Amino acid sequence: MSGPDAAIRVDRLGKRYRIGRVRGYRSLREEIVEAARAPFRYRAERSGNDVFWALRDVSFDIGVGEVAGIVGGNGAGKSTLLKILSRVVTPTEGLAEIRGRVGSLLEVGTGFHPELTGRENVYMNGAILGMRKAEIDRKFDEIIAFAEIGQFLDTPVKRYSSGMQVRLAFAVAAHLEPEVLIVDEVLAVGDAQFQKKCLGKMQEVSRLGGRTVLFVSHNMNAVQRLCTRCILLERGGLKAVGPTNTIVGEYLARAGGTLSPATSIDLTHADRSGDGKARFAAAQYVSDAVEAGGQPYPDGPLEIRLAIEASEPTTVGSLAVTLYDQYGTKLVNADTISLGETIALRPGLNQLALRIAQVHLNPGVYVLGLWLARPLEAVIDHVPAAFEIEVMTRETGGLGAAPQDDGMVTCALEVLDLD
Amino acid sequence: MPPQAHARVTVVRPAAGWAPLHLRELVESYELLYFLVLRSLKVRYKQTLLGAAWAVLQPLLTMAIFSLVFGRLAKLDSEGVPYPVFALAGLVPWTYFANALTQASNSLVEQERMLTKIYFPRLLLPLASVIAGLIDFAIAFCVLLCMMVFYHIPFTGRILAVPGLMVAAAATALAAGLWLAVLNVRYRDVRHALPFLTQVWLFATPIAYSSTLVPAHLRPLVGLNPMAGIVDGFRWALLGRAMGPGATLLVSLAVVSLLLVGGLYYFRRMERTFADVV
Repeated sequence: MSGPDAAIRVDRLGKRYRIGRVRGYRSLREEIVEAARAPFRYRAERSGNDVFWALRDVSFDIGVGEVAGIVGGNGAGKSTLLKILSRVVTPTEGLAEIRGRVGSLLEVGTGFHPELTGRENVYMNGAILGMRKAEIDRKFDEIIAFAEIGQFLDTPVKRYSSGMQVRLAFAVAAHLEPEVLIVDEVLAVGDAQFQKKCLGKMQEVSRLGGRTVLFVSHNMNAVQRLCTRCILLERGGLKAVGPTNTIVGEYLARAGGTLSPATSIDLTHADRSGDGKARFAAAQYVSDAVEAGGQPYPDGPLEIRLAIEASEPTTVGSLAVTLYDQYGTKLVNADTISLGETIALRPGLNQLALRIAQVHLNPGVYVLGLWLARPLEAVIDHVPAAFEIEVMTRETGGLGAAPQDDGMVTCALEVLDLD
Repeated sequence: MPPQAHARVTVVRPAAGWAPLHLRELVESYELLYFLVLRSLKVRYKQTLLGAAWAVLQPLLTMAIFSLVFGRLAKLDSEGVPYPVFALAGLVPWTYFANALTQASNSLVEQERMLTKIYFPRLLLPLASVIAGLIDFAIAFCVLLCMMVFYHIPFTGRILAVPGLMVAAAATALAAGLWLAVLNVRYRDVRHALPFLTQVWLFATPIAYSSTLVPAHLRPLVGLNPMAGIVDGFRWALLGRAMGPGATLLVSLAVVSLLLVGGLYYFRRMERTFADVV
């Protein structure tokens, strides 16, 4: 896609930083000292030794009315890209063209002043985001209703709870009506309920308003729900562009660490308790969803492979995998004690796996804990928060697969005709 | 509504060297400027005991000290008007200038989050600082008028020159503020040097003393300090001093214009690195 259809056209965009000065500033004294010490520093910099490309040679097009996601690990260049497109920073090379009025939301509540009242901040923040006063006047009631701050409208914002501040800030931003909306990880703040409301609002904006949205998030569930197409960045370069499912799967397969199935997660430094006669050394998890990179999905299987390091022969009566939601509520406890079998651990490294045939969890991020004990005797090793896993939406396509107000667990449902 | 084919196209590209001023964009952002000024006015005296009285106390207290030290002890010539009102006529525009300069110089650094998170014409920040200070000036100016009544100094038509002089003072504060604000983004030394700078500048300006102390043929040189011409102008407009600020003021205006235009271009040139450096 290119030419007149493109709302955003990015052509070989690059941003270079000088290492050591990224986000830093120097005092005049340091500058003088350095100049005296290295009079040829300028030439050295030009030789390319201490430069760093936060983004390089990135090209893509986004069509009008498209909702595109940008995914990638930390340092992939997502924020740099958004900052360039928002004109906050200037690119070092390349070109970008954006057709239509641009609204960018790199942070919630930019320009909020704690001493000003909610009402005053709505106007202030709106003006900063590029809204006209008349426009804010027109949408004021709607904004206040969305933020649910009611009677605190004329209270200084510093007396608000942090949740209220975020709600108000997002409410202003959500009522911005640009033709191109650029949104950074702003949904990471706020409670789950409000996050859902924000997602709904953004979906409405893009679908009903025919607006183009460029969206960065670490929340793959949100990306899958909102975006039709995704761009994968890695270490400043463009890795792939394509349909959301493919790209999200590829991202998860590439990403190391917590959210990646089929890679070994090192647990030797995890917070734990227990007598330590045996310890969880490493874990990995996998489902059968190849198209989602092996990520678990609702009612799909989940296999946890464990490496347990034992210092002496130990018989274990209870080996458990526990899943918690993000508030620490225990949702699932898959414990071998219910099977009535014991497991004999040999000294050294033992490899075994627990397979949950069906995970009855809806899409979201969950915390996984590990437990190893001799029942009624001693806890051998307990890692309450070993790593996070994300249960993915299996199919996308708007709300089809994941209604917004789903509960946390799934159920098998059928309609019976009782006549 | 889908964007039309003729929709406005934003082009983002690398930039180097001098950039045009784009004053039109600045004019289009008048509403944001208004809200920035409003915010700084609303916030300025929040959670203070004396509130806006500070706008009056600053020049008045300095006047009291000057009257004691320079008027009573040093017995400096005050051009035939009582020393306190002579000093205050200089201190009122000076206090405006010093505060506006300080706030403009710190405006970018203090709004770091705005700089790194949102696009808007960066010039609005120092501009808003300079404009917001005018309210404090207006309050202090009323006190100056009261002092004139108290000392039976007649008002003349020359008072009409005051708005023009204030535009010049604002332009001076903005001009110097632009340079310092840009430097401040890179070198935080500016913040620490500012109080010292304004103090030296205060004594380099004929406020505690009369510019008539300077030999007549050197007086236009005094105008190289723009505030000297402006303070002289104030005394001419309010205190009925015979000699007009003429040559001094002309030199001052020329200096301000150069400093301002240079500052604007320097600011435009440097602003694209603000978010990277601040």
